[in-house]
Amino acid sequence: MIKLFKIALRNLIRFKRRTFLTTSLIAVGVLFVMVFISASSSFNNIIIGQITDSMLGHIQVHKRGYMASIDSLPLTLNLNEKGWKKFRSIAKEIPEIESYSPRIKFGAMFSNFIDSTNIRINGVYPDMEVATIPLLLSRIKEGGKAIKKGEILIPELLAIGLKVKIGDSVVVIATNRDGSVNGMQFQVGGIIESVTGPGGRDGYIHIEDAKDILRMEELEVSEIALRINDFSKLDKINNILTEKLSGNKNKQGKQIFDIRTWEKLSPFYNISKMIDIMTIFIKFMLIAIVLVSIMNVMIMAVYERIREIGTIAAIGTMPEKILALFLIEGFSLGVLGVIIGNILAGMSIFLMNVIKITFNFSRQTGYVLAPELKMGDIIFVSIVVIVVSVFATLQPAIKAAKMEPVEALRHV
Amino acid sequence: MSLISAVDINKIYRSGDIEVHALKSVDFEIESGSFISFIGPSGSGKTTLLNLIGCLDKPTSGKLEVAGILTSDLSRREAAFFRGENLGFIFQDFNLIPVLTVYENVEYPLLLVQNLPQKERSDRVYSLLEKVGMKDQVDKYPDQISGGQKQRVAVARALVSKPRLVLADEPTANLDSKTAFMVIDIMRQMRDDYGVTFIFSTHDPKIVGEVETLFTLVDGVLVSTKKGKGGQND
Ligand SMILES: Nc1ncnc2c1ncn2[C@@H]1O[C@H](COP(=O)(O)OP(=O)(O)O)[C@@H](O)[C@H]1O
Ligand SMILES: [Mg+2]
Repeated sequence: MIKLFKIALRNLIRFKRRTFLTTSLIAVGVLFVMVFISASSSFNNIIIGQITDSMLGHIQVHKRGYMASIDSLPLTLNLNEKGWKKFRSIAKEIPEIESYSPRIKFGAMFSNFIDSTNIRINGVYPDMEVATIPLLLSRIKEGGKAIKKGEILIPELLAIGLKVKIGDSVVVIATNRDGSVNGMQFQVGGIIESVTGPGGRDGYIHIEDAKDILRMEELEVSEIALRINDFSKLDKINNILTEKLSGNKNKQGKQIFDIRTWEKLSPFYNISKMIDIMTIFIKFMLIAIVLVSIMNVMIMAVYERIREIGTIAAIGTMPEKILALFLIEGFSLGVLGVIIGNILAGMSIFLMNVIKITFNFSRQTGYVLAPELKMGDIIFVSIVVIVVSVFATLQPAIKAAKMEPVEALRHV
Repeated sequence: MSLISAVDINKIYRSGDIEVHALKSVDFEIESGSFISFIGPSGSGKTTLLNLIGCLDKPTSGKLEVAGILTSDLSRREAAFFRGENLGFIFQDFNLIPVLTVYENVEYPLLLVQNLPQKERSDRVYSLLEKVGMKDQVDKYPDQISGGQKQRVAVARALVSKPRLVLADEPTANLDSKTAFMVIDIMRQMRDDYGVTFIFSTHDPKIVGEVETLFTLVDGVLVSTKKGKGGQND
């Protein structure tokens, strides 16, 4: 076996230029794939982190039916106190849930006594909200990094539009679920940066204030945002939660809770899926490159060595050894390409981290791409390339093994 | 019992409508340890006959026994195994493997065909390379040595697996006559030392003085069998 390797490697060295060209082609392919995979996954992670940590949370729970009419923020479709309690008792049973935050969401009129406009307001428990949406505080551009009773955090666009500053008195007027209108005065406690996706133009107040405006006797929750301790287990934890909450049905026997991960809540999920599809596409390109280039050289290698094959077959070399000889040659080409490609990829990715490539996404600017070479990706891509290399060699190698020595020897 | 016995061998090549009757009713016997040559003009059927004896091809009809085995009975794999165990080959174009050194070329059959342990391999390879006078060139590659030297290496390679029979199809055709005589000489020396049967073909009448038994082929027919010894023809 070692001897077969030796012969195969010698043959590769014998045709230096061809070997060099083929391995370079494979190496460049591997390089592109690895760089693309790690850069796009870094991009994905950054954006997903932004989306989930600055607004959405990882998972959201609503009353069933709420999501269908979310644009109107219907107060009639809130979870009642009983539902909220039920949720809390179940959330306690799932240690993977790091935190959760109930929100009362409603549409309101926002007025600075001169002008008025529409606003979407989230009434939250500040501690719970901050624990669930850790980037919230960092989004506050001006004012104290807190949500206090009697204060309102307003989105940047609204502050600019109505020329409202920190400390200004403003009025929020809302219609409660029974149709009666109520107003309440707030001080502007902070101005928050807009984010991408739904909720990017939301204001925040304390949940007790929200209850007061809406004249709620007991807590009625529009939305519960959840944060889990291991994002990579999102689907698993989501399934556990869904399973446990699904036991809760109303009088008509319908499910009460509607549980969704960020993927069903943010349009970025589609972009992220697109990137995944592109990655798959690029991997297929790599496979095609490897297949064509290796098959090409190996067909040539067999053709050029017909007499040699005839000679070793005549001496008594078994067909499977001849097959192995060529397969090892294709295998070695693949391995060589993979090794060089991964080294180049490692260097390129290191370089990308050194020069700190920044990118903007929607309103956010200055994200720093932090691509990293993951062992799993290296192993996966390497195995695929090597398997494809051997596969591409199969046809020419079988041809060599099946050659009749007499005919091969007669070949000029 | 003779090493090779051929009875009424015919070989017909068919390609499309064209038939070539390359061997016509050939009979002969060859004893173990002989030094034999098939001579005849180009196209007379020498290569065809050697291929049959070498189990590389099968006769169209007739009975050919080599070392007690009916060659037509062998499957492809069995034939390969039989060749590896019993036969050695020397080719007109030397056919050394270009990526292997002189040493490795001779070692090749022991490694990939017969699978011998390292020590025994190197002993055999060195002693043969010494006999053919190539011991000081072991690390050279085929393209670094002359034609005569290549054929000497090929002789060593053919003998390294201790075959009972060595077949050489026009082994001297690509050598000048001085080198040709030298290679024939080495081959006969090997026969003397190891008792191996040598069969070679040639169309060069100058060479044939060296053989002991001479079969002459013309148009696929075995026309004469001469006995001689060391250049003395009958
Ligand atoms: N594979 C083949 N197909 C058809 N004809 C062949 C084939 N091999 C040899 N022949 C023919 O058989 C005859 C004998 O050829 P060969 O044995 O090569 O003669 P030699 O070796 O004496 O020159 C020639 O007429 C040759 O053209
Ligand atoms: Mg011939």
